[in-house]
Amino acid sequence: MATTKTRTKAASGRKKKNDTGVKLEGMAKLVVDAARSGEDPGFDIPTRSLSNAAFDEKKKIIMMGDASQRRSFFNLGQAKRFMQTMLVASGCKELTDQGKTTSIRDMFYHCKHTIPGTKENTFDTQDESDPIIEDLEVAITSLREELGLYAENKGAMVGPMTIVDNGDTIELARMGSGGWAVPSIVEEHIVQFQKCSAKYVLLIEKGAVWNRFNQDRFWEKDRCMIIHGGGQPPRGVRRLVYRMHHELKLPVFVLTDNDPWGYYIYSVVKQGSINLAFESQRMAIPAARFLGMSAFDREEFGFTNVIGLNDKDRSRIKEIAAYPWFAGKRHWQREINQMLKSGVKMELETASTKDFSFITEQYLPAKMKKKQWLD
Amino acid sequence: MKQKEIAVSEFFAKNRHLLGFDNPRKALLTTVKEAVDNSLDACEEAGILPSLHVTIEALNGGQKTTERVKEGATKGKKPRKSDDLVLIDDDIGEAASAGGSGAPKINVSNATRFRVTVRDNGPGIVRAQIPNVFGRLLYGSKFHRLRMSRGQQGIGISAAGMYGLLTTGQPVQIVSKTGARAKAHRFELAIDTLKNRPEITRDEILDEWDAPAADQPEGHEKVKQGTSVTITLEGKFQRGRASVDEYLEQTAIANPHAEIVYAAPDGELRVFPREVKEVPDTPDEIKPHPYGVELGVLMRMLKETENKHLGGFLQNAFSRVSSNVAREICDKAQKIAKSTITTQTYCGSIDHPMVEAIHKAIQETRIQNPPTDCLVPIGPQQILKGLLKEIKAEFYTAETREPSVYRGNPFQIEVGMAFGGDLPSDEGARVIRFANRVPLLYQPSACSITKAVVQTNWRNYGMSQPRNSVPEGPLVVFVHMASVWVPFTSESKEAIADYDEIRKEIRLALSECGRKLNTYIRRKQKVAREHQRRDIFTKYIGEVVAACGKMTKVDAKKLYAQLEAVAKTRTVTADMQFDDEGNFIKPQRAGKLDGDQNVVVVERETGTVYEGDEAGKSSAVAKNAKPARAAAADGQLFEDHEAA
Repeated sequence: MATTKTRTKAASGRKKKNDTGVKLEGMAKLVVDAARSGEDPGFDIPTRSLSNAAFDEKKKIIMMGDASQRRSFFNLGQAKRFMQTMLVASGCKELTDQGKTTSIRDMFYHCKHTIPGTKENTFDTQDESDPIIEDLEVAITSLREELGLYAENKGAMVGPMTIVDNGDTIELARMGSGGWAVPSIVEEHIVQFQKCSAKYVLLIEKGAVWNRFNQDRFWEKDRCMIIHGGGQPPRGVRRLVYRMHHELKLPVFVLTDNDPWGYYIYSVVKQGSINLAFESQRMAIPAARFLGMSAFDREEFGFTNVIGLNDKDRSRIKEIAAYPWFAGKRHWQREINQMLKSGVKMELETASTKDFSFITEQYLPAKMKKKQWLD
Repeated sequence: MKQKEIAVSEFFAKNRHLLGFDNPRKALLTTVKEAVDNSLDACEEAGILPSLHVTIEALNGGQKTTERVKEGATKGKKPRKSDDLVLIDDDIGEAASAGGSGAPKINVSNATRFRVTVRDNGPGIVRAQIPNVFGRLLYGSKFHRLRMSRGQQGIGISAAGMYGLLTTGQPVQIVSKTGARAKAHRFELAIDTLKNRPEITRDEILDEWDAPAADQPEGHEKVKQGTSVTITLEGKFQRGRASVDEYLEQTAIANPHAEIVYAAPDGELRVFPREVKEVPDTPDEIKPHPYGVELGVLMRMLKETENKHLGGFLQNAFSRVSSNVAREICDKAQKIAKSTITTQTYCGSIDHPMVEAIHKAIQETRIQNPPTDCLVPIGPQQILKGLLKEIKAEFYTAETREPSVYRGNPFQIEVGMAFGGDLPSDEGARVIRFANRVPLLYQPSACSITKAVVQTNWRNYGMSQPRNSVPEGPLVVFVHMASVWVPFTSESKEAIADYDEIRKEIRLALSECGRKLNTYIRRKQKVAREHQRRDIFTKYIGEVVAACGKMTKVDAKKLYAQLEAVAKTRTVTADMQFDDEGNFIKPQRAGKLDGDQNVVVVERETGTVYEGDEAGKSSAVAKNAKPARAAAADGQLFEDHEAA
């Protein structure tokens, strides 16, 4: 039964890809039409910046606005990026035509070559092609997955659940010390959830701390899914957590370092990111809770290993405090002020000063018990 | 009287640095400079287009001594009797085998003794005056008058002769011929430094004057008229900054009506051709303006005047003093001195406090500015021709300001600029300074011209400029001050004193030219940008076409051509400006450069010169009209343009 389901999902996915193929072909036709009538070819790319991202009070997520920028060929500042966009588009067209997927790094190599008759490369680094891919996503409103692209696998998950990944049934309670590597694309046609006895999802910032939780089999004791994203969680991890939250109705808790970066990770999980505001609808989890570390934990748990804030931290903290989704929340302002007042930040590892398993045996259970989280 | 004369010659013999003979290198330059300045002045006063021959011979030096006298090297030289004329060359063999036609280069860096000969085609000097002109310091026609000329005091050439005599013991040789039918006189003079008197060691009459000419095939020519002066002196020959070569180059720029043939001691021959066929007008002599007179001078003038009464003296000795003005001065002086001073006061009865009162009264009286038609500027067209022939740039512009006045002396500022082309772009701009058409090569930092250039904000004119410095880039800035009395900072005439009035005029002239330069630079940048734009577009068209081909069915060739066409129309300004450059700027086009006759643009690659459409017309006008007037009209035109 599982296999049938997989096939149908895959089929629907392919249909979607064909839509994408049509859209990509439309870009080429646009250029041909413009050239025929002697016009400057170009297309509108929705702006992916803070100025065009607004917090939707009702949905409690960051939504992309209507502002867009025209990317035209015969504009000195845009000519190269226009050409690059066309190259990436043609690469994606090839992928969708062949029904293949590839990594964004692979796409970079596919599109990179020296322009004949010059010493200039179409692309020099992947840093150039990655934003172009994002541009393309928003320009033709096709997700990266639909373009046949994925990022490197990043992040891992274990817990009392059985899933089907690309047709293989995997029991996530038996994944050893490394856990199940979360793929970049976790859409329904790739990953399906089956049995699940977890009560919640715990998203941990770092792999190292996640390892402690896995080693101590915390997920077994507390019946939860533990997942990490190796820092800022990639789209695959965020999408997977989103799906677990919505499809399995699991509450989501976030555990990060106590520093501005940690706050922002939580912010992205909860409201979505500015850069990928167009994906908020399918990734942001407004109900996600911030479990720790809190600036008040230092006193509460007597953590001694702290790091002084630097100027960059301070200005970032103030920026975060001013975000509309934090600005109106008293408890969040209290939390952020406490960090500024104490002048220190803490890493999750500070708990290990007391005992290696302090975080899994004392800290987290205490937090959960007292419901000491922020919303 | 006699006491004073002794002091002058001897004073300068001991203080040679005051006259520009500080070191051997500078001594050589100063000698050439004084002789050339004198020759040009003499030719112009006589209304003759100057043709000068400047020959410098090394009389010793070289690295190894050989006994052979180089055939090619002595070409064009008069055989000398006993001189230590041993010329040395390391690659004699090569030069000889090469045919010996071109004069081989001789290493003269070690030479210490030189013979400088400057010959002109001027009016010549009558026999009786020759010893005085060349053998006495402060003898000349120039000091006692107020008139624009190169020399001012009459020290230069005799000082050079004296320097030669002091360092080599060789007398000054002069040959002069006053006309085709006159006989040439040949003199050898020494200066008695104690008596400030010429000492004639030779005085002969030549039936025919057969002078060496470096550019003639036989090396000699029969001279119809002119003067030649030969000075043997201790010196050092070097090229580069502040060298004889640079001096002559710059002289050629400021004097495009002169032809100069220059034979350097190392055998190199340079000809600076004549570009302008009119002799500049002879400047008028003017009386001093009362504002510029100093107390001591005023006292002396009162003593020497032939006028009986003060009123008559003031009116006759000065310019712009009418009977009314004279009365006003006397009235004011009377109030200051509190003793009777009227126009009827006898000049002989005026005592020291009264002179002081008069001097003060003059300064307090409103007196019309001195007449300025006594100035003969070079003129923008002539400056352009001078710059064009000596500097390989691509953009040239020049301006002549209206005359102005400092301390009662009329003066006029002219500025020229040459930009781009073969000029070095990674160095500071070269500022070439002139006073009455004479290049100023030393003490740039003490000079008002340099100060004005440094104080100008060149960033407004499209140039980069380090703090407190001249602008950087491929630029030559030409600044000329024409005046009846150029205020030099020292007797060696190296830098112009920094009067506010002068610096202000220079800055105004610089900004006039600077604006045109700016227009050109901006336009050039725009063309370059448009080309760059087109290049970028064209570069990517192939990629875009290929990408489209992978996504949909396209006629690649057709798409390529269509996109290329769009690129061309999008960067059409590049072509437009290109035409602009090619056919020069059409007058009906907007922009200040258009139709401006004081601008020349040269396409360096093809060597074509483009002038404004008006240029032909204006030079025709300049031929008939007094250059001063033509220049004034230019200035007027430009100002009107500005106002509009």
